[in-house]
Amino acid sequence: MSGGARTSQGGFWSVARAVAWRNVHNYFTNPAVIVPGLLFPMFFFAAFAGGLSRVDSVPGFEFQANYTAFVYGFVLLQASAFGGVFTGFSIARDFESGFSRRILLAAPRRAAMIVGYWAAALCRAAFTVAVVTAVALVAGMEVVGGGLDLLGMYTLALIANAVAALFGSGVAMRLRTMQAGPAMQVPVFLLLFLAPVWVPYDLLTGWVEAAAAINPVTLLLEAGRGFLGGDPTQVLPAFAVGLGLLVLAAVWAIGGLRSAERSSA
Amino acid sequence: MSEAAIEARELVREFKKGPRAVDGIDLRVERGEVYGFLGPNGAGKSTTVHVLTTLLPPTSGTASVAGHDVEREGPAVRAMIGAALQEAALDPFLTGREHIKLQAALHGMRGDEGRRRGAELLDRVGLTQAADRKVRGYSGGMKRRLDLALALVHRPRILFLDEPTTGLDPQSRSALWAEVQRLASDRGVTVFLTTQYLEEADVLADRVGIIDRGRIVAEGTPDALKAEIGRPSVEAIPAEREDLTRMKTVLARFGESVASSPKGAAVRLSGGDAQLAEVVRALDAEDIGVEQLQLHAPTLDDVFLAKTGRLLEGADESRPEEAAQVVAV
Amino acid sequence: MSAAFATQVGMLARRSVLRTLRQPAMVVPALLFPLMLLAVNSGGLQAATELPGFPADSYLDFVLAVCFVQGGLFAANSAGTNVSNDVETGFLSRLSLTPLRRVALLAGQLAGIVTLGLIQALTFLIVGLTAGAGIETGAAGALAIVVLALLISLGFGAIGAFVALRTGSGEAVQGVFPLMFAALFLSSMALPRDLIETDWFRTIATWNPVSYMLEGFRALIIQGWDGEALALGFACAGGVALAAIVGASSALRTRMTRT
Repeated sequence: MSGGARTSQGGFWSVARAVAWRNVHNYFTNPAVIVPGLLFPMFFFAAFAGGLSRVDSVPGFEFQANYTAFVYGFVLLQASAFGGVFTGFSIARDFESGFSRRILLAAPRRAAMIVGYWAAALCRAAFTVAVVTAVALVAGMEVVGGGLDLLGMYTLALIANAVAALFGSGVAMRLRTMQAGPAMQVPVFLLLFLAPVWVPYDLLTGWVEAAAAINPVTLLLEAGRGFLGGDPTQVLPAFAVGLGLLVLAAVWAIGGLRSAERSSA
Repeated sequence: MSEAAIEARELVREFKKGPRAVDGIDLRVERGEVYGFLGPNGAGKSTTVHVLTTLLPPTSGTASVAGHDVEREGPAVRAMIGAALQEAALDPFLTGREHIKLQAALHGMRGDEGRRRGAELLDRVGLTQAADRKVRGYSGGMKRRLDLALALVHRPRILFLDEPTTGLDPQSRSALWAEVQRLASDRGVTVFLTTQYLEEADVLADRVGIIDRGRIVAEGTPDALKAEIGRPSVEAIPAEREDLTRMKTVLARFGESVASSPKGAAVRLSGGDAQLAEVVRALDAEDIGVEQLQLHAPTLDDVFLAKTGRLLEGADESRPEEAAQVVAV
Repeated sequence: MSAAFATQVGMLARRSVLRTLRQPAMVVPALLFPLMLLAVNSGGLQAATELPGFPADSYLDFVLAVCFVQGGLFAANSAGTNVSNDVETGFLSRLSLTPLRRVALLAGQLAGIVTLGLIQALTFLIVGLTAGAGIETGAAGALAIVVLALLISLGFGAIGAFVALRTGSGEAVQGVFPLMFAALFLSSMALPRDLIETDWFRTIATWNPVSYMLEGFRALIIQGWDGEALALGFACAGGVALAAIVGASSALRTRMTRT
């Protein structure tokens, strides 16, 4: 029978597409899933763009656009990153319920799973970002940067999404339980919030300033805001760091997959 | 000798924090055969299936499916097999039809081909009407049938079924048996079936491997295995409870005691069926009234008992009715 | 209160407390999340204290109040989840077949939440003081902070129980959680109301009872014994608690209908 006709014609991309389709389908057909994912960034945006707007009057606050745009720069990164983390939740849920075995059984090259989940994460994040962007524009966000600047900003968000998705995938496949949620969320949360969230880096003081100085997200955030404000800053370091994180996260995810394969029963 | 569909040699699977779930299994399943893997809970059945279906690597030993090594040629193995595992592993948010679509897409089937195949399978397992309902609303039997359909989407030549009828009502169970038999006889599919139900193994399997504590303790056709034990057993329930002890003493003259219901006594007849009349006469001579007298042909449970000294779980429920001659007195 | 009733309440309270404390996934985020935000915000927004009219020199003093309210939100989630589990598993039906009085059930359930609320309040107070926050009103003020925090936990916990009893669904409880966070976000959480520039936001914050709860805490921490702020804070917390308990009782009555 060896060398006999394969009955499955599944390849890498058919598996990735199928996995992505299922996750995107479940996301868009379940209000219980879609609404909370949208609400948090929206509330966050409304609360801080609306409630903290006077902060841009603090001496030394330098930003080319208005405070709404300043907050948007963070919310964009946050929505992208958490869109990636939710991927990890989906994977953990699938392992816990046993559904992942269905995919592991069908996939000739199992790394396709990770690509499929990440593609779904990207779709989710894109939808969330689109909604938040619309709200921000209605709320009067100033966009000073041009087309190329915006492309740069969204590319950084894409990288953040991929890094978070691969990180979450790695955690989920190692722990294979929904209890892994905090293990995925907390590191991403800390990285996001130990950055210049409310004020530019130059206005941070104390231990938060020290943390932000070594936090790679600071570079991504400041570069993203620079693009939005039409004053690109630290572009090359931001992309270099982003791509470096992407490579590390990919290695982490593949390691997670190998761990899952060794003991997925 | 032609290449086996499934072959394992000294297969071992250990878990870090537990005993050896699979402790040196040798087996060979020929193409087109229905092989029943019978054993109690925790015997190692599911672990064996997980290794053979490439979901777990073996700790040691070798296994090949469709001529491909499960450890080194996983993708090739997966391309040839279908599996319906112990948990139905369904997504509660998808409909039956969407599950088929997903499975077809995973196996690289084009949209229209997948749809045709899906319609055919849903019809075959009786789920056409429920196909567009979300699976969370399906009964246990419906979920199992969908799981079987999903395992067949890509027309595998080798099918693994891990306790496929556990928890099903008798009607659903019979329907599933009929489908398995059809697959094997009409399509020549090799079926590796694990079960803890004697009747299931008896009815479906060409050959049975009995596993206990990670090892195969007996292997052969059901008839051959039962013939090894050879002798039938008689079970009697006294009309008066207080006669039970005397009944046991009388029956003990005819063979060794075996498990029975709490209200009665049973022995394996050393002289075979012919001794039944003597048993009746002996009980009558002692003036012991008998409420019920049954003669049981040997079952796979008896085989298991002979090999391991224990009964399979649930053995009482699955005594084949046709093998018992119930005598109400 | 009769002895039998007291026994019932005690028994259910014990179950509720143990059940809550045995779920690290409930307890740990309820403690850690507010503290993480406290750490991040107190450092990240220190610059806001330079705004003219900002009531404190340390943003930590200002934002500590938020922890106590966030604790209440987690209480809502915890209570709602526990009660919805009881509904979904049929445990509530089992209790309906006993002589248990309905009010004992609710009292017992909320006792667990108040216990979690006490642990939270003490934790946040100790961490805040350790990090350098001052309590302008001293030890008596610290006690008042704890009492206000417990009242908020009770109120939000009852909201969670209400949602769970009305819907019988854990998913519905999880769906309401973000909305309750919205109530926190659309308040004077980040800046005092008089420093909020955006008109619509300031209006919402003015109507939002959470703003007054926060201002009650801030009066005790920063300003001193401000009668008006304290009255409004306790009144809002008490009002929410009363309304929620009435709602939860009514929902429980419907859910536990028996002849």
